[in-house]
Amino acid sequence: MLNYISYRLLQLIPLLVAISIIVFVIIQLPPGDFLTNYIQQLKLSGNDVSESAILNLKQEYGLDKSMIVQYVYWIKDMVLHGNMGRSFQFNMPVADVIWPRLGLTVAISLISLVFVWLVAIPIGIYSATHQYSILDYVFTFIGFIGVAVPGFLIALVLVYFIFIETGVSITGLFSPEYVDAPWTLAKVLDMLPRMILPVIVIGMASAASLIRITRGMLLDELSKQYVITARAKGVSEGRLLFKYPVRMAINPLISTIGWTLPALISGEVIVSIVLNLQTTGPMLLKALMTQDMYLCGSFILVTSVITVLGTLLSDILLAAIDPRIRFGGVGE
Amino acid sequence: MSGLTTVINQLRRPRTRRKKKTDQPSMEVASQWQLMWWKFKKHKLAVISAVVLILMYLIALFSEFVSPNLSATRFTAYKNAPPQKIHFVDAESGFQLRPFVYGMKEKIDEETFLRTFSEDKTKKYPIQFFAKGEPYKLWGVIPSSIHLFGVNNPDGALFLMGTDQLGHDLFSRIIYGGRISLSFGLVGIVLTLFIGLLLGGVSGYLGGVSDTIIQRIIDFLICIPTIPLWMALSAAVPREWSATQMYFGLIIIFSIIGWTGLARVVRGKILSLREEDFTMAARLAGAGDLRIIRKHLLPSFASYIIVNVTLSIPATILGETSLSFLGIGLQAPAVSWGVLLQDAQNLETLAHHPWLLWPAAFIMLTVLMFNFLGDGLRDAADPYK
Repeated sequence: MLNYISYRLLQLIPLLVAISIIVFVIIQLPPGDFLTNYIQQLKLSGNDVSESAILNLKQEYGLDKSMIVQYVYWIKDMVLHGNMGRSFQFNMPVADVIWPRLGLTVAISLISLVFVWLVAIPIGIYSATHQYSILDYVFTFIGFIGVAVPGFLIALVLVYFIFIETGVSITGLFSPEYVDAPWTLAKVLDMLPRMILPVIVIGMASAASLIRITRGMLLDELSKQYVITARAKGVSEGRLLFKYPVRMAINPLISTIGWTLPALISGEVIVSIVLNLQTTGPMLLKALMTQDMYLCGSFILVTSVITVLGTLLSDILLAAIDPRIRFGGVGE
Repeated sequence: MSGLTTVINQLRRPRTRRKKKTDQPSMEVASQWQLMWWKFKKHKLAVISAVVLILMYLIALFSEFVSPNLSATRFTAYKNAPPQKIHFVDAESGFQLRPFVYGMKEKIDEETFLRTFSEDKTKKYPIQFFAKGEPYKLWGVIPSSIHLFGVNNPDGALFLMGTDQLGHDLFSRIIYGGRISLSFGLVGIVLTLFIGLLLGGVSGYLGGVSDTIIQRIIDFLICIPTIPLWMALSAAVPREWSATQMYFGLIIIFSIIGWTGLARVVRGKILSLREEDFTMAARLAGAGDLRIIRKHLLPSFASYIIVNVTLSIPATILGETSLSFLGIGLQAPAVSWGVLLQDAQNLETLAHHPWLLWPAAFIMLTVLMFNFLGDGLRDAADPYK
């Protein structure tokens, strides 16, 4: 087990390096660097910027050096000091902008993940054990819509109908009086009911595909010989179902965390823009509009790293649960 | 007499039976594609979806002709007008088979300055097929002024799905937008298919170092959340690009991220097919790599590729839609479903002008149809099951 984990950890290093290079390239992509923008902003706000000040700034950020040196500077600063560059749109360090919002994004994504599991597993089991029943068809149909229609469209339609029916606008994550308030129990309690809709909308697609996977896997398992043998020996149906087949069928739940998590974060970004949540989505969009590249680059970096860690965690969990992986070839 | 007929019948029977066989080869001798076609036909939902999709693409192809108004025409007198109701019964003349619409009167609320439209029952415009309307050039070449349907009257106007805040006819714009949104899926898949087939094929057939490298690249691309990455890349596209450049720019962006799924399928199939006896036989008979791939491997997994492609087209369409919806994809003078949905972003506008949600219905329909079709094709892809 320890061998396996350390092998996976080693594999992580080139992956992280590759991600950071891509992010750096993205930051460099738009014409002009952020310093030009920064200086322009200073000039616009009436500050006089002298040539020497510009040179100083250039040196400070290493902009007079080659790309590779700049990359090394950027990485060194981030790893050693947690400094991810400066957002000129908010005029503060990127880290200060990102972390509070990222917390909310991660919280919503994780709650969505739990929601996905809580919904998908029982429905998947029900659909498999009651194949071709009316409810099975209903779930299949809902599943199709969930897979096919993206969250932001569902959100748009839901928000409209809820507004028409009840007159309540459910956008935003907090009531107006709590938006800028520090975190208190009251604020959390205020947030919880407002989180229901985003969580459902964000989780719907993943839940739908997971229902299909669970159903398919369980149907495969249930037709296997060991199930027939167990049934012939008089094992009760409940025990029969939960002892092995279900355990086998929910394997993909864990192995797909790696894909589910980025899908959830991806979905969260765009749904939160529609629902106007104070998470990373609107921030990313605004950053992209103003070409605040350090901010959006850092965001992609952080979410990718979270995803990579999530995948690692899922692989380790899988190895812990499924002995075939633990003892099977480490090389695969 | 009756004895004679039975003899004749007995003599005839084998011949008629044989004739039937040539009409429809039986299961044993049918080709694989034939079997797939039979299996596909049984999936009613998929067949219906295929018909609907073909219809939608035809409409997109002839959008200038099908839409009652031109996409760029602004009806300044009818800004934010609601969809007109189609009537069959008139107070004076009673029921008539030809549907008609009434003219619209605008009223401005004196307190809230909210503009509302009501039906002007004195003006009646029957809807006619092949009505004369604004002149256009089909595909920029064939000049005409005949529209599939319209009110045939320069004073009247037909807004089946209302108008937007600039007075554009939403229904016509949705049809024009379909041309961009629907074609985006097809054109986008070509490049994705090319990259996916090439890299997946190399990875599976050659194996070794190239396989490892390509697999690592796939692992790497999968762990970056797609939507933020799309957003960042498309935001990095220069602002001064024209709509056409942006269209192909977006296609390139989607393709260099989206080929991984296809490459995985291709690699997996090639890996298993490479070990099959018929591949070995072909190799022993002296066939070259290219011939083996082309003649023996490709036909065996072509059906799986078709399924995968069918399911990635809606994903590409949705990608374009989401980016344009957010305002970092295609931009305003270009009309796509995502661009049209930009107007529906705001809850306040939605509450007053709910018809702006219509493009969403078309997107959902398209995506659902593609998914049903893909589902049917997936069942058909393995006809021996």
